[in-house]
Amino acid sequence: MTTAATIPFTDQALEAALRDLRVAAPPSVGFGALVEAGLADCYAAIETPLGAAFVAWNGRGVSWVSPAGDRRTFEDRFREAVGRDIAPAEELPARLRRAIARRLSGERRVRIPLDLRGHTPFEVAVWTKALEIPRGEVRPYGWIAAEIGRPRAVRAVGTALAHNPVPLVVPCHRVVRSDGMIGQYSMGGPDAKRRVLASEGLDTRWLEAEAAAGKRFTGSDTTHIFCHPTCRDARRVTDRHRVSFPNLRAAAAAGYRPCKHCRPVALAAA
Amino acid sequence: MDSDTALAARLASGVEAAFPAVVAEHQDRLYSIALRLLGDRRDAEEVAQDALVRAFRAMRDYPHERVAALRLRPWLASITINLARNRRRRHDDRQPPAALEPLLDAGFEPASDGRSAPSTSADRRETQRELAAALLRLSPAVRAAIVLRHVDGLSVAEVAEALGRPEGTIKAQVHRGLRELRTLLVTASEPSVSHRSPMPAARPLAALEAVR
Repeated sequence: MTTAATIPFTDQALEAALRDLRVAAPPSVGFGALVEAGLADCYAAIETPLGAAFVAWNGRGVSWVSPAGDRRTFEDRFREAVGRDIAPAEELPARLRRAIARRLSGERRVRIPLDLRGHTPFEVAVWTKALEIPRGEVRPYGWIAAEIGRPRAVRAVGTALAHNPVPLVVPCHRVVRSDGMIGQYSMGGPDAKRRVLASEGLDTRWLEAEAAAGKRFTGSDTTHIFCHPTCRDARRVTDRHRVSFPNLRAAAAAGYRPCKHCRPVALAAA
Repeated sequence: MDSDTALAARLASGVEAAFPAVVAEHQDRLYSIALRLLGDRRDAEEVAQDALVRAFRAMRDYPHERVAALRLRPWLASITINLARNRRRRHDDRQPPAALEPLLDAGFEPASDGRSAPSTSADRRETQRELAAALLRLSPAVRAAIVLRHVDGLSVAEVAEALGRPEGTIKAQVHRGLRELRTLLVTASEPSVSHRSPMPAARPLAALEAVR
């Protein structure tokens, strides 16, 4: 055990022994502080309808979502695109994990903080608008453009959605081409988009068939209201009372009013 | 100190840009302070990280002049001390006073980079272990003064600033702390007294009072 020689009897020896009690902090201390301050990020894998995905976050919110894959590749891409350091964590903070699970299962009132620094106000407006589209429904790019007051910026809306850093959390997959076809998707192309929409209960084959047949809007001959075909109100219309329109003008000419939920009217400006 | 003044000036012109340097410069000392106050690595990690985050948020909200005038070493130490005190209070509420043995285990941590312990002889490790355990048996006020003055190496004036006490009080507490530590170390090294019959943790200084 201890020998007398190790006991620091003099003040100097005791003070030196106390100085010796300084230790290096584990790396998690400093890095964790940078993450909380939003100056670096952590990431972990979660399960999604498209398989495992990496979710990156910091003290400000979720900053990045992409299909899980090679860690080094992911980290390099993140550092280059976002300009912050990133390190793996064991798992997401419990609250965030629960919130994302609830969002993916279709709850719209779940609040998930997002860190969208470095993106333009236009991009953020597009992504915020996409959040309003209910699970299992889709809207055309032009609808987003019109709703955010930039009806002519349809192409820019498409670009902004392609650059969505947090796919699935911000459901850019619920925005489709203005001709009703499924369109591109950053999480793995049109097939992945079909898969995630199918996981939300949308019959994509039906949707694309409708689009191919030129049926862009759905109305009810009892209420004389017309909708986007996937609007929950449109899907309640029985076959006997269902009417289809190739465009807004046709719907208006037939004396139909636009649905207040899916708001097809804003498209008229486009 | 000079590097601290320069760092405060950099912080004043941009907290986000300069904060990583604060982390690099101060994380080891804040962690060491928290570890020696609390004796538990996990608690110390959380306190040190939390202290850095709170400092970041405070500096972001302060006017530039106030950030520029910050004396980072005592200021960051005082944030750490306050967080450690709150944590200890929470622990005291839900746990009986800790026994000596787990404190001995938890208080010792080998330096991971070799900077603070160039020699790792068994004797030296044993001394560190016993000293860390003895620190935990000082009263909180005396322990804070000793840790800031001699583990962290702040000046008496800086310790006084960090703890909000007069310099005279700090000097007395440091002096008393050194004396109590020496007594505790001698007591711990006596085979008959050592690990089998530690002093009651609830009144760790009872024996010392008698000696005086």
